[in-house]
Amino acid sequence: MDPISAFVEDHKLGLGRGVKTFVEWLTDNFYAQFRAFSDSLGWAIEGVIWLLSVVPPIALIALVAGLAWWLHRSIGLVALVVAGLLLILNLGYWEATTETLALVLSATLVCVLIGVPVGIYAAHNRWFYSGIRPILDLMQTIPTFVYLIPTLMLFGLGVVPGLISTVVFAVPAPIRLTELGVRNVPKPLIEAGEAFGATRWQLLLKVELPHAMPTIMAGVTQCIMLSLSMVVIAALVGANGLGKPVVRALNTVNIAQGFEAGLAIVIVAILMDRIMRQSERPGSGGGH
Amino acid sequence: MDAITFEHVDVVFGNRAGQKAALDLIDQGADRSKVLEETGAVVGVRDATLCIDEGEICVLMGLSGSGKSSLLRCVNGLNTVSRGKVLIADSGGTVDVASCDAATLRRLRTDRIAMVFQQFALMPWRTIRENVGLGLELRGLSRTERDRLVDEKLALVRLDQWADKHPHELSGGMQQRVGLARALATDADILLMDEPFSALDPLIREHLQEELLDLQRSLKKTIVFVSHDLDEALKIGTHIAIMEGGRIVQYGRPEEIVTQPANDYVRAFVGKVNPLNVLCAVSLMRPARDGEDIDRERAVGLDTPMRELVALARDRGGTFPVLDGSGTVLGMIGEHEIYDGLLRRRSGDAL
Repeated sequence: MDPISAFVEDHKLGLGRGVKTFVEWLTDNFYAQFRAFSDSLGWAIEGVIWLLSVVPPIALIALVAGLAWWLHRSIGLVALVVAGLLLILNLGYWEATTETLALVLSATLVCVLIGVPVGIYAAHNRWFYSGIRPILDLMQTIPTFVYLIPTLMLFGLGVVPGLISTVVFAVPAPIRLTELGVRNVPKPLIEAGEAFGATRWQLLLKVELPHAMPTIMAGVTQCIMLSLSMVVIAALVGANGLGKPVVRALNTVNIAQGFEAGLAIVIVAILMDRIMRQSERPGSGGGH
Repeated sequence: MDAITFEHVDVVFGNRAGQKAALDLIDQGADRSKVLEETGAVVGVRDATLCIDEGEICVLMGLSGSGKSSLLRCVNGLNTVSRGKVLIADSGGTVDVASCDAATLRRLRTDRIAMVFQQFALMPWRTIRENVGLGLELRGLSRTERDRLVDEKLALVRLDQWADKHPHELSGGMQQRVGLARALATDADILLMDEPFSALDPLIREHLQEELLDLQRSLKKTIVFVSHDLDEALKIGTHIAIMEGGRIVQYGRPEEIVTQPANDYVRAFVGKVNPLNVLCAVSLMRPARDGEDIDRERAVGLDTPMRELVALARDRGGTFPVLDGSGTVLGMIGEHEIYDGLLRRRSGDAL
C-alpha cells in the first residue's frame, strides 16, 4: 500500500469510540432519568393498548368504519375497511394489530407534537432550517439498526425503544412538510392579514396554518406510513405487534406465517392511508 | 383638513448598511441604477411630499416600478419608511406611521386604514362572509356582531346572496367586490387601493370604477388609489400624483394634468387619453375678442364637459360664451377650440 493511504489507515480518528464513550457517559449518569422516562412512556402506550383491547373487535371495526364514513362519505371505503379488518381477525392477528396501531398512533402523535412546532419555526427562520436540514437527512438515511443499539442501552428492551426509534425515523416528514406548507403561503395573503392588523399569533393561526393544513396533513399521513414501516424493526427490540410474527417467521423459515403477518401489515397500511388521505379540498390554493 | 401627509419620504429596500449608503447617494443626487450598482439597495420612493385631504380620492399613477405601490404601502406600514414622515390625522393630532410603536400601528390597521389588493388576496378556505369579516375578527369581535356588520357590507356591494360561497366560486369582478367589502367592513376612514381593478376585464373594470364612485358619494372616505392607467386615474381621482423613477413628477387636479403636463413622461401618458372624458369648458375656452358678439342665450357653464360641447357645436354651430356663476363672460368656445382640445393644443399656440 502507498505510504499516504497507510498513514490515513493507521491513524484512527476514533469516531466510533467517541460515540460509544458518550452513550456510556449518558447511561452512567442519567440511567435513572432515562428509565423513568422510558417507564412512563411505556405506561402510556400500554394504556392505549389496553384501551384498544377491552373494546370487542367487532365494535372497534364498526368504530373505524364509522370514522371512514364520517371523513369520506364513501361506501367503497367503508366496505374496504370492514373487509380488511375482518380478514385480520380471521388471520388471528387482532391483538397484534391493536398493539401495532397503538405503537403507530403514539409515534405519530409524538411526531406531530414535535414536528409541527419545529416546522413552523423553521419556516420563519431560514438560518435554523438550514441548520437542521442535515440532521433531518441523517435521521432518515442512517440505518435504523445503528441507533437501535444506543436506544436499547438507554431505554431497555420493549416498546419504548421501538417508539423512540420510530420517532427518530419518522419525525423529519412532518417537520419538512410543515415547513414547506407554512413557507409557501402566498405573500399577498400574509400582507392581507398584516394590513388588517393581525398579530404574529393571529397571522399564524388564521392565515398560515389554515393555508398550510393540506400539506401538514400530507406530512402526518407520511409519518404514519413511515411508522408502520418500522414495526418489524421495533419487534427486534422487543415491541409487541405485527412485527413479532414476521421476525419469528423469518427465524423459523415459516412461509405461511410470514405471508399472513405481512399481509396484515399491508392491510393496516392501506386502510390508514385511505382513511387519512384527504379528498382534495375545493378551491384550496385557487383563490384567484 | 389633511388626512394623510407624506413629508420627504424615502423608501429604500435592502439591508441596513445598504440603505444607509443608498440614502447618502440619493442626497448626492445619484439616480436609481447608480444606487443599485454601488450599494445593492433598490430605491422605491425618493423625497415624496404630498398632502391628501379628507374625503378626496388621490390617485398615484405611473408605470410599474415608478414607486407608486411602494409609496401607498407606507401608509399602513407594509413598507418601511427609510426616511421621512407619513402623518395620519388621528383623534385631533397626527400619528407618524414611520416612527410609531407596534401597538399604535396595529390600532391604525384594525380601525383606521383598510386595504384592497390587486390580486384580491382572499383566503380560499374561508367563505365570503368569513373573508369579509377578517378585519373584525382580528379586532376581536364576536361572531354575531361580526355577521351583522358583514351582511350590511355585503349588501352594499350586492353580494348578499353569495355569503356562504367560497371565493373560487365567484368571478374576478365579484371577488374584488368581496375585497372591497372586506375593506369597508372595518369602517376605516382611509382606504388604500393597490391597482384594485387592474386584474379585471375592461368592462368589469369600468363597472367597478363606477360602483366605487357611487359608494364614495355616500361614504366619503379618504382613498389613496394606485393605477397605471391614466384614463382610470382621471375618472376616479380628485387629485392625481404622477410618479416616475420613485419621484412625484406632477401633482394636480385631473384637468391640470391633461392641459399642463409637466414633462415628456406625463405628456406621453396624456397623449393616450381620450380628451372627451376629461376636458371641460374652462380648459378649452379662449379669451373673448374685442367687440365679439356675445349671445347669452347660448352660454355654457365653466365645467360643461367637452362631450356636451361637441354635441352642442354639432347641433347649433357657431360660438358659445363661457360664463361663471355670477354671469361674467370668461371666454368663448367655437369649433376651433374644440379641434384644438382634440389635438390637445393650447388655444393661441401656432398651428
